[in-house]
Amino acid sequence: MAPTLRLEILTIERKLFDDEVNMVIAPGAEGVLGILPRHIPLVTLLTYGELQVKKEGQDDQFFAIGGGFMEVQPDHVIVMADSAERDEEIDLDRAEAARKRAEERLQKAREDESFDAARAEAALRRSLARIKVARRRRRDHVRGPRREQ
Amino acid sequence: MQMVAASRMRRAQEQALASRPYAAKAWEILTHLAAQRGGADQLHPLLTHRDEVKNVAIILITADKGLAGAYNSNMIRATLKFMNSRPDQEFSLITVGRKGRDLMVRLRKNVVAEFTDMPDRPKVLDISPIAHIAIDGFLSGKFDQVYLAYSEFINTLTQRPTIRLLLPLRTELDENSVMYKYITPATTMVSAEYVYEPAPAVLLDTVIPRFTELQIYQAVVEAQASEHSARMVAMRNATENANSLIGDLTLTYNKARQEAITKEMLDIAGGAEALAQSLKSK
Repeated sequence: MAPTLRLEILTIERKLFDDEVNMVIAPGAEGVLGILPRHIPLVTLLTYGELQVKKEGQDDQFFAIGGGFMEVQPDHVIVMADSAERDEEIDLDRAEAARKRAEERLQKAREDESFDAARAEAALRRSLARIKVARRRRRDHVRGPRREQ
Repeated sequence: MQMVAASRMRRAQEQALASRPYAAKAWEILTHLAAQRGGADQLHPLLTHRDEVKNVAIILITADKGLAGAYNSNMIRATLKFMNSRPDQEFSLITVGRKGRDLMVRLRKNVVAEFTDMPDRPKVLDISPIAHIAIDGFLSGKFDQVYLAYSEFINTLTQRPTIRLLLPLRTELDENSVMYKYITPATTMVSAEYVYEPAPAVLLDTVIPRFTELQIYQAVVEAQASEHSARMVAMRNATENANSLIGDLTLTYNKARQEAITKEMLDIAGGAEALAQSLKSK
């Protein structure tokens, strides 16, 4: 059995995930981070994106993360996300609609100063992360579960 | 209505507790970062206390609806008392909930922002604008202090109106902080050297606003638990009062009915007697 570390994914509203895993791949603000057991202690910002969890003998799990921060200890990773969803919780149609809305708002923000461009951009990036995670699940579903190599 | 309030109260309580793991961890990281500030020669602006406090903002959390016993009026009274105890300060009010807003507007207090129709299960997204106003106001110097006024949920029968300092944020934990119920001070954070990405000062910029949001979120959720339990108790009292009133009224009604019957019987008996007398005398 490969060494494991405990991963917790927390948001203000709930605890989404708490389990021993082999590897965490997280969307760090300064690039994607792969974290294995015995990582050096680290506190980092997270950006919008997908968080991948690898566990021996299981399919990889994916979460859409809407920014936040993360604390890494050698045997423990705590993700404190502003928003976090499991891939199966995401409604792809709604995410697409949100993306469209955000794009329109961003367009308007370019013409009209009173629109909040930063907020629109944040919404856009959030929806893109969700779409990416949801799409991946759909693909895997068609292909069937992947096998460990 | 009593049942509805009871189930809502339970839900609000659960929700208040669900944020506990996040709160504990965020607090840990925050104190750690605040202690760390190595390179930065100044405290983060949101952590800096001002010597002269002139302008104070209060985030007043009340319900949108009444029929919750003394819940709203207790909260408002506590807030007014707090304001009166500091006559040399200027107060701005940020109201959450219709009841607080209505009364403060009627009293011609300075209401700078109002939020109503807070959903039953508030999301952080519902809280962000409130936190925004508080943080922007504090940073721009419009407010020197920001307080949170909400009803603390103690148990079903007791809710305590509470007023606590929100900004500047304090990094020591005491009974007066909103968070103390949610955090066990035992820190698990290894004090080993952490690598910070990006620098601690930048991280603080993200963590502190989150933490402010979190405190407002918990205050709102707790106020909701208080509101629902106050309403539940009010409704139970109303039901009991109505029941005892029904008992009293039924008794009165029966008495009156019996009296009427007795009177009528006497009339008939009297009449019959008189008739018998007059027949005999013939």
